[in-house]
Amino acid sequence: MLEIKNLHARIVDDGTEIIRGLDLTVKAGEVAAIMGPNGSGKSTLSYILAGREDYEVTEGDILYNGQSILEMDPAERAAAGIFLAFQYPMEIPGVATMEFLKVAMNEQRKARGEEPLKVPEFLKRVKEAAASLSMDINMLKRPLNVGFSGGEKKRAEILQMKLLEPKLCVLDETDSGLDIDALKIVADGVNALRSPDRAIVVITHYQRLLEHIVPDSVHVLYKGQVIKSGDKSLALDLETNGYAGVIGEAA
Amino acid sequence: MNMHAQPQRTLAETALIDAFGERLSLLPGDGAVMVKRDDAIEAIKHGLPTRRVESWHYTDLRRLLTSVPAFEAEVAAKALDPVLDGSAVLPVLNGASSAKLPDVEGVTVQRLSEKLTDGSVAPGLDPYGADDAIGALNTAFVADGYFVDIADGTQLEKPIELQNLQSGGQAHVRLLTRVGAGAKAIIVERQAGEGGDALISSVSQLVLDEGAEVTWLIVQEQPDTATHLAQFKAHIGKDAKLTLFVMNAGGRLVRQEVVVRTTGEGADFKLRGINLLAGDTHTDTTMVLDHTVPHTTSTEVMRNVVTGKARGVFQGRINVHQYAQKTNAKMACNTLLLSDDGEFSTKPELEIFADDVVCGHGATVTEIDHDHLFYLMARGIDEKTARGLLVKAFVAEVIEELDDEALVDALEARLDGWFSTHG
Repeated sequence: MLEIKNLHARIVDDGTEIIRGLDLTVKAGEVAAIMGPNGSGKSTLSYILAGREDYEVTEGDILYNGQSILEMDPAERAAAGIFLAFQYPMEIPGVATMEFLKVAMNEQRKARGEEPLKVPEFLKRVKEAAASLSMDINMLKRPLNVGFSGGEKKRAEILQMKLLEPKLCVLDETDSGLDIDALKIVADGVNALRSPDRAIVVITHYQRLLEHIVPDSVHVLYKGQVIKSGDKSLALDLETNGYAGVIGEAA
Repeated sequence: MNMHAQPQRTLAETALIDAFGERLSLLPGDGAVMVKRDDAIEAIKHGLPTRRVESWHYTDLRRLLTSVPAFEAEVAAKALDPVLDGSAVLPVLNGASSAKLPDVEGVTVQRLSEKLTDGSVAPGLDPYGADDAIGALNTAFVADGYFVDIADGTQLEKPIELQNLQSGGQAHVRLLTRVGAGAKAIIVERQAGEGGDALISSVSQLVLDEGAEVTWLIVQEQPDTATHLAQFKAHIGKDAKLTLFVMNAGGRLVRQEVVVRTTGEGADFKLRGINLLAGDTHTDTTMVLDHTVPHTTSTEVMRNVVTGKARGVFQGRINVHQYAQKTNAKMACNTLLLSDDGEFSTKPELEIFADDVVCGHGATVTEIDHDHLFYLMARGIDEKTARGLLVKAFVAEVIEELDDEALVDALEARLDGWFSTHG
C-alpha cells in the first residue's frame, strides 16, 4: 500500500536535509511502528506523507497504491485516503468543530464522487464515534481544538480518523500527553480500525503504546534512514537496551 | 480675508451645486430648514474635503468623487425581505418614504418629509463640525426618511428594519430614532441597491433615553456602482446600552461615520464591525466617540478582510473629556490581507483629558495562517474551501459576540452570501 523509495527531503526554508535515503514498505492490513530517538526525522516523515509544503523532496519517491503522491496537495492526499493524526493538533478559533467535521467528510465524499451526507446521518455517525471514544458531544460545539486539553485533542484526532475512514493512517506520537486511561481509549479506537484493506503507521518514542496497538513490523529511524526493521520483539529490545545498540550496529 | 485662490471646482462639486439650484424648489422644508440647507451648500461651495483635512486624510473625497449621477433613477427600487425574520419594515425607496407603514405597538412612525415641511427637525440638521461633508451634503439635499419614536418602557418583540434602497440616481435620507426610557429594541439599518450609478447620503440619528437598550445593525450591501456616504450619530443616556454592528459588504466608494456621545453615567457603547472588501473599491469607517461624563464604558472591535485591489480605512478616535473620570475604553482593529494589491489603513487616536481612566487600542494586519490551512487541507478540504473557512472564521468571531442566535444566524447568512460571490 505504501512504498517509500530512497527518499531524500529537506526543509524548504533553510535547506537542512532531514530525510536521507529512507526506504519503507507497508502492506495493506499491516500495522507498522516507526521508532527512533529525538531528531531522527519521525515527525518530518509524517508531514511529508501528508504533503506539508515546508518540506521538499529532492530524491526518491512515495508510492501509495502504486501511484506517486509527490505532486498531490494535502487535500488530494486526504481524499485519496491518507490521514495524519497530528502530534500537535492545531487550534482554530472561529471554526466550529461540528461544521469542520461536516465539511471535511463531505469534501472527501465529493472528491470520491459520492453524495454529501444528510444531516441526521452525519449526526448519528459523530455521536457514535464520540461515544466510542468517551468524548462529550458538547465539546464538539466548541471551536476546533480550542480550549481542548492535550488528551482531548488526541481523542479528537482519532474521532476524525474514525469518521473519515482513511486507508492509510499515520499516527504521529499519538501517545504523548495521554494518561494511561486515555491511552487505552485511544488505542482501542485505533485497533477498531484495523482491517485487511487498511494500513496503519504508528510513530512513537516508547514501547508503551505498542503494548496496546501491537505492531506487525517495527522500524528504527535514525538520521533520516531506516537502520533496522524487525517484528514486535524489536520494540521490546529497544525498550530494554535503548537505541544505542541498534545505532552502533548500523554505524 | 482668505487670500489664497479658490481651486477650480471639480465636476462633482459643480454638479452638486448646480443640482441644488435645480432641486431647491422641490425640497421640503420651512424657513428654518431652508436656512440650514443654504448654510450646507455654502460648505460644499468651499470644496469637498481633501487629504489635507485630517479627518479625510485617507479618503480624499474631492479626488475620489469623480462624478455625480442625475437625481432620478430609471427604474423603481423594490423593498427587500428583512435580514431578520418577522421584522417590521420601513422602506425608503429611491429616497422616498412610504405612506403605508406597519403598525407596531409602542412605536410611532412619521415620514421625515412631513417633519421637514413643518420644520420640527430643523435644529438637528446642523453638521457636527467644519469638516462634516456628509452632514452638509445630506442637510442640503435631504428629502425624506423616517422619524421613529419608541415609547418609554416598550419591549419590542420583533425588530424594526429601516431600508434605504436605491436603483440608481441620488438619494439623501435621514433616519431619526428616539428610544424611550427603559425601552428595548433591535433595529436594522439596511443600505442596499440594485445597480446603476448612484450617490447616497444617509444620516441616522439615535437618542437613547435612560436605561434604554438597543442593538443597531447596519447592513451595507450596495452594488459596486454606488457611492455611499453615511453617518450614524447617537447619544447614549444614563445607564443606557448601545451595541452597534456595522457590516460593510459593498459599494464603490463608502464612508461610514460613527459619531457617538455617552451623555449619562453608566452608559455603555459597543461597536463591532466587519469590512468585507473586494474589487477596486474604497471603504472608510470613521468613528468619533466622546466620553463626556464619568463612569461610562466602550469597546470597539473591527475585523477587516481585504481582497482584490480594495482599500480600507478605519479611523477610531476616542475623546475622554475632563470630567469623564473612570472611563473604560478599548479599541481593536484586525485585518486579514488576502491580496498584494489590497491595502488597509488604521488610525487609532485617544485624546484624554481626565486622569483616572483605562483606555487602550491595538491593531494587527495578518495573512492566513499556513499551519491552519495545512491542518484543514490534511482533512481533505480543498485549498479554496479551506481558505474560505478560515477567512469566515476570522470575521465570524465578531458576529458570534452578539450572543443572539437569530442575529448571529442572519448575519452569518449575509457573510456566506458575500463569500459565495467574492470567495
